[in-house]
Amino acid sequence: MAVEEIPLAEQHPTAELGPTVQAQRGLWRDALRETLRRRSARVGVAVLGLLVFLAVFAPVLAPYGEREVLIESEGLRPRTEPCIHVSVDWVPDVVVLRQVESFLESNGFSCPSAEPQHLMGLDGNGRDVFSRVLFGARVSLLAGVVAVSFAVVIGTALGLVAGFFGGWLDNVLMRVMDVFLAFPALLLAIAIVTARGPGLFNAIIAVSVVTIPVYARVVRSRAISVREQDFVAADRALGVSELRILTHRVLPNSLTPLVVQGTLGIATAVLELAALSFVGLGGDPDQAEWGRMLALERNQIFTSPHLVLYPGVMIMLNVLAFNLIGDGLRDALDPRLHR
Amino acid sequence: MTRLVGRRLLSSIPVLFGILLATFAIARLLPGDACEAALQERADPQTCEDFNRRNGFDQPILTQFGDYLGDVFTGDLGDSVRFRRPVMDLLVERLPVTLQLSAAALLLAVVVGVPLGVIAGYRQNSKTDVATIVGANVGVSIPVFVLGLVLQYLFAKELADTPFGLPPSGQLTAGTIPEPFYDAWGLEKNTVFDFVANFDLLNAVLIWRWDVFVDAAQHLVLPALALSTIPMAVITRMTRSSLLDVLGLDYVRTARAKGLRERVVVVRHALRNSLLPVVTVLGLSLGTLIGGAILTETIFNLTGVGKTLFDAIQGRDYFVVQGFTLMVAVVFVIINLLTDILYTFLDPKVRVS
Repeated sequence: MAVEEIPLAEQHPTAELGPTVQAQRGLWRDALRETLRRRSARVGVAVLGLLVFLAVFAPVLAPYGEREVLIESEGLRPRTEPCIHVSVDWVPDVVVLRQVESFLESNGFSCPSAEPQHLMGLDGNGRDVFSRVLFGARVSLLAGVVAVSFAVVIGTALGLVAGFFGGWLDNVLMRVMDVFLAFPALLLAIAIVTARGPGLFNAIIAVSVVTIPVYARVVRSRAISVREQDFVAADRALGVSELRILTHRVLPNSLTPLVVQGTLGIATAVLELAALSFVGLGGDPDQAEWGRMLALERNQIFTSPHLVLYPGVMIMLNVLAFNLIGDGLRDALDPRLHR
Repeated sequence: MTRLVGRRLLSSIPVLFGILLATFAIARLLPGDACEAALQERADPQTCEDFNRRNGFDQPILTQFGDYLGDVFTGDLGDSVRFRRPVMDLLVERLPVTLQLSAAALLLAVVVGVPLGVIAGYRQNSKTDVATIVGANVGVSIPVFVLGLVLQYLFAKELADTPFGLPPSGQLTAGTIPEPFYDAWGLEKNTVFDFVANFDLLNAVLIWRWDVFVDAAQHLVLPALALSTIPMAVITRMTRSSLLDVLGLDYVRTARAKGLRERVVVVRHALRNSLLPVVTVLGLSLGTLIGGAILTETIFNLTGVGKTLFDAIQGRDYFVVQGFTLMVAVVFVIINLLTDILYTFLDPKVRVS
């Protein structure tokens, strides 16, 4: 159902803006419902919801602070393995409790009850990994979304101008985009961060700049096709200004592919940001950033694999969530896929 | 056809020029002084002045760019400040490492991805299909460096004492220095031979040393596996969805109605057409592969293009940054061009329009 409304909006171009806007709203509501009908998209939304929950409530959920060093206060060694205490409060059934305990013990998660509990162990500086993983959700989610938003805004502007006005401007802009796309994204991002100096903010800028061409191309191709439509010709005949055509005709028609591309883009951005952190160009070493946590302990992979595993799994979950949602949206919004 | 290829060739000229400009700009925009980065504590005003004059850094920026263009067209990419060797030599030594790694990863991705995609697409919504989709989704979501580290842990620690144990890093076991094939064959060394000899696997075959080949292959497995997951997942998904599209078409029904065996229908009729989009994906994967190679080579300690580039950016080794990014971008443009041309050969529809 959702999709039939796109051609509808295009078939009745002479209609006032009112109905178009209304059709759009309906389209998005239907698209959302259609997306959530897919199991994989529901999984994606659930994972994303969990991550957002962790990010928002990190200060409440985390037993220790993001940068709190515990070695001296607790007398533990750095890189202590995970230590989980199961209490009778959690598992009332004694038989099950014993089973859980023996499972934890055989997998090296148990420890003397005198030792304080650390669900994911301690890192090389004696910080609680679980707390840092929770706080890391804030950085990762925010950075990915900010990077893509920035790229979408700039890319859309460039794409609109190039596609709508065409001519030499289009040619120059698109050739510049081609040059950008001729470099592997990560390589270009590394060069940009190095030029601006390492740091989380610069990493976000770099990841963002690198993906601008993707959005510019998407919007440009939509703009080109919309430009030729009859309803735009009608607008022109009625004396509607070019700017208004751009914002009220071309832009709304570019939103669908932008939303899909943007959601999938967040997944890529998160991966690239983590990669930049991994090579030492992301946030400062104290910051609870998953890629950075992993990079700090990567030489300990053979002795303390848990320090690499937990942040690694979190990055994967974050990327997976956006990929699943993006795929779901694409399927829901793509009319060709409905049989 | 010829016109199409010709037009495509012409349109890549401005892009190549842009790449030249961009590589030059990237190298110059890196902050910090090349002299201080290169000479470190030995850098003082006098030596730096000599250094800058020797490397042409004291010239106006436009002159430097002009010199750069001239040098590139004569095949001179300058000297590495850090290694004190021509950048061309470094490329000859290190490009094969990355090419071999990428080729192995792509091969793995195709060999596993295409059959998986076919099976999943043919049995849509079966358990195999669902498992494949889940696997592919996880595959595109695991960062290369996480997978690399996990593989190292699994194969070099947990399975180290079993037959599945694999070396965690490097290209060959320490101390193994295989003879380059041109020496073994009693030939004169030249750039091309040197380039070929740096493909460890190929060289091992050429000097007929099975043990060296196995050693090189064992070192290649983990990095190639880590690097291959993303293209593998993408290829699997692409093959699956494109096979699904094709299986619904009339000519497939005709083939079935003709009484052809199912295998023939799927493999010979449907699969051939559904591989078209996969070819495009293969070309596009290359960019991801080179980006991934930077990470893979760092983790597995391989001295390839990715690691060299990363070190050069960090160390302000201008000419290495310029030369290597230029090479990477040019390879990328050429691959895209080849993909496009291959596409016109494979798909008659493109040729007509």
